[in-house]
Amino acid sequence: MATTAINLTPRDFKGKSDPDWCAGCGDFGVLNAIQRAVSEMGFRPHDIMTVSGIGCSSNLPGYINTYGMHTLHGRSLAMATGVKMANHEMNVLVTGGDGDGYGIGGNHFTHTARRNTDLTYIVMNNQIYGLTTGQVSPTSSIGMTTKSTPFGNVEQPINPITSAIMNGATFVARAYSGDVRHMSDIFQQGIRHKGFSIIDVFSPCVTFNLTNTHDFFKERVKKLEDDGHDTADWKTACEKAMLFGDTIYTGVFFESDRPSLEDVEPVLKTGGPLAYRTLGLDKDDAQKIIDRMM
Amino acid sequence: MGLGTYDFALAIGGEAGQGIATPGDILARIIVRRGLHLVTYNAYQSIVRGGHIFLTMRISDAEVQNHGDKLDLLMCLNQDTMDRHQRLMGPGTRIVYNSDTISPGTEDKGADLCGLPVAELTQSRNRLVQNTVAMGAVAFLMGIDFSVLEESLTLRFQRRGQEMVDENVKVARAGYDYAVEHFRPFEQSPPDGGKPLAVWSGNEALAMGGAAAGVKFYAAYPMSPATGVLHWMANNARNLGIMVRQVEDEIGVANMVVGAAQAGTRSLCATSGGGFALMTEAIGAAAMMEIPVVFINVMRAGPSTGVPTKTEQGDLWQVLGASQGDFERIIVAPTDCLDAFNLMAEVFNLTDKYQCPAIVISDLYISEGRYSVDPDKINMHPEIDRGALITEPSDTDGYLRYKDTDSGISPRALPGLEGYVHLVATDEHDEDSTLISDEFTNPHKRRQMVEKRARKFDNILADIAPPALNGPADADVTLIGWGSTDGIIAEAVDALNAAGVSTNHLQIKWIVPFHGDQIMEFLSKAKRTIIVENNYSGQFARYLRSETGFAADGHIRKYDGEPFMPHHIVDGVQAQVGGETDKYVPYQEITV
Repeated sequence: MATTAINLTPRDFKGKSDPDWCAGCGDFGVLNAIQRAVSEMGFRPHDIMTVSGIGCSSNLPGYINTYGMHTLHGRSLAMATGVKMANHEMNVLVTGGDGDGYGIGGNHFTHTARRNTDLTYIVMNNQIYGLTTGQVSPTSSIGMTTKSTPFGNVEQPINPITSAIMNGATFVARAYSGDVRHMSDIFQQGIRHKGFSIIDVFSPCVTFNLTNTHDFFKERVKKLEDDGHDTADWKTACEKAMLFGDTIYTGVFFESDRPSLEDVEPVLKTGGPLAYRTLGLDKDDAQKIIDRMM
Repeated sequence: MGLGTYDFALAIGGEAGQGIATPGDILARIIVRRGLHLVTYNAYQSIVRGGHIFLTMRISDAEVQNHGDKLDLLMCLNQDTMDRHQRLMGPGTRIVYNSDTISPGTEDKGADLCGLPVAELTQSRNRLVQNTVAMGAVAFLMGIDFSVLEESLTLRFQRRGQEMVDENVKVARAGYDYAVEHFRPFEQSPPDGGKPLAVWSGNEALAMGGAAAGVKFYAAYPMSPATGVLHWMANNARNLGIMVRQVEDEIGVANMVVGAAQAGTRSLCATSGGGFALMTEAIGAAAMMEIPVVFINVMRAGPSTGVPTKTEQGDLWQVLGASQGDFERIIVAPTDCLDAFNLMAEVFNLTDKYQCPAIVISDLYISEGRYSVDPDKINMHPEIDRGALITEPSDTDGYLRYKDTDSGISPRALPGLEGYVHLVATDEHDEDSTLISDEFTNPHKRRQMVEKRARKFDNILADIAPPALNGPADADVTLIGWGSTDGIIAEAVDALNAAGVSTNHLQIKWIVPFHGDQIMEFLSKAKRTIIVENNYSGQFARYLRSETGFAADGHIRKYDGEPFMPHHIVDGVQAQVGGETDKYVPYQEITV
């Protein structure tokens, strides 16, 4: 968290490159909402590390003015966990897509939730593989025709919200990229939350997913908070997260105050970030090691 | 490696769960406290109960780096051990066993049979009591005073109460006294070697080396035979301020250490070949993002699951080719336990200087073997040099993470610093980290960045000691080995020279970078070159050829899962000098 009062605007978080996303891509809204969230929260660019995997949405670290790692397909959460463990005072954002996070990176998604590492994971879920020009994704609906499912998808999609809750994530939310104000508000809550925050964002692919479009979501999304949802009630949260018909809920489904990994890790109790500690062994510690070998 | 005046080897055999480790540990402590050197090699299987465990311990008043060629004493904890190994024990050797449950077989080669009537001696039905009775008898046979054994048993068991100490001392005494009455001790007893020594395994040495080098982040997924590194780290993590994470898989491990390294910690992970296969994509990522990080691959017999508890030097080409693309990585194979320790700090300094991944390839023989070491030789405070690392904030703009410098090395800023906000990317990028892979590819910038990364390594050889030739320069035979076989080959060289075959020895430790020119200085003058390696296909022989064009005259290869013994190499050289073959595969006499 920033330590001095400063007034940065979203423009201060504009990266060196302009996004290469298609005109109308939902990811623009996500980028805007992140820039808005971090500037409103008083962060400075060097307070944050944005980590991504590979995919259209994973190009985001190049478009935001923070420290960044644009890593391997599916590995953003593992890389980000390493970053956070090495420097737990850094605010670590993780950005990527549904294929990156729930497909190839699914194992890390499960275990990062379980560990409750203090990361804010924003998944731009477009229910399609875009960068590879339109194949089925782990969140594609049954029946969806894509280049790799020309006769319609027969596989059940993953539900990121219920999966995250079941696996132990402590802040689980969904947003729609057409509503930047709401999305930015959820991002701020997620960043403030101490523990693993996952925000699954419907971020339509205007080129390869002609089913789950902006129009599709605009007609259906409904804010949980408008229905008086209790974010401590994981059972109702799961029931509401399962709805994907005329009503599709957005907002914070679940939140708990289970301690984060940094809080329960004894090595981080004192001494500041590992990355800034003095290297080399204390003389007494070294001698004890040798003595035990005798 | 001149042999000392005392060279004794004993083996303890039984099944998993029979408590072989305890007498092994007690004896090892007695030996090193007396200032004697030891090497232990434990042959075992991937099983928690049952199977056949065979612990060999070689003891000498001279420094030894292998488990030797012979057995003087065999302690059988079960019939299977007697049945398997009695044939190895000739005149002058002793076989100690519980005569209540174990009978000598028909393959009597002349050993003194030292059966102990354990039930009569102890009035106990405890299965483990036979081990302590046998320890007593072994102490007498070896010429170790009972008081020394008593002291060791007391130290070993005192945490479990005086009753436990008394019980163990009593049965050990019974074994000792019975041996005095009935058995013939060895003529030579262990001399006093001087100041006490320490004991460690290669995995412990690697972990300690990492800790001394300043590792603050260690991640792993358990995998034999690398798990010892994890265990050492886990045991010492809290005291030393090292973060240890057991991760969901080796993909996660490798990516986590790369992330932690980018954030600024010295970061390490260890695995064996199968786990290393999963790590490889992250190694390329570290190279592309120019992040210093060290991966340890403790080789075991492959391919695939292979033989998890057996040794091999079969992953050389795996580490050479780890990860897609054309990039530099450092590869080093420790030649003994102390070398494994020392090279960790050296490798971390190199990876920090050159901002690249490094791979340490150990193997089961070094990593799980236990070796004595003079504690004064363990430098727990090695020099730590983090290279061009920026650690203070700046109020000026214009930092280029991948600045194209003369050396190719771009100063690396610790993330979190004001004034150095930057991106690192696995996509090809320009000096400013802007991707040149997706929207606008650029052949000129691509070439510039490939050359920048490669140029870093132009002068790296100057930072690393070249291999040295041991033995007479004009020898008739030159043996070439790499990594863990150093101590075995060195002893074979001594034996060959003593037998009139003039032999010298070149052991290669640095695989990448490779001292091709210096190596050829030796090899171009060599009369007959023989490469010794623990694999079938001659992985190092092919690598040497690819780097230098040099093809050796002959080969000694072993790929049965068991390590070389010095006489295997002696026999292989004799066979080649005698013109019998140019590729010798030794027979493994001890079936374990």
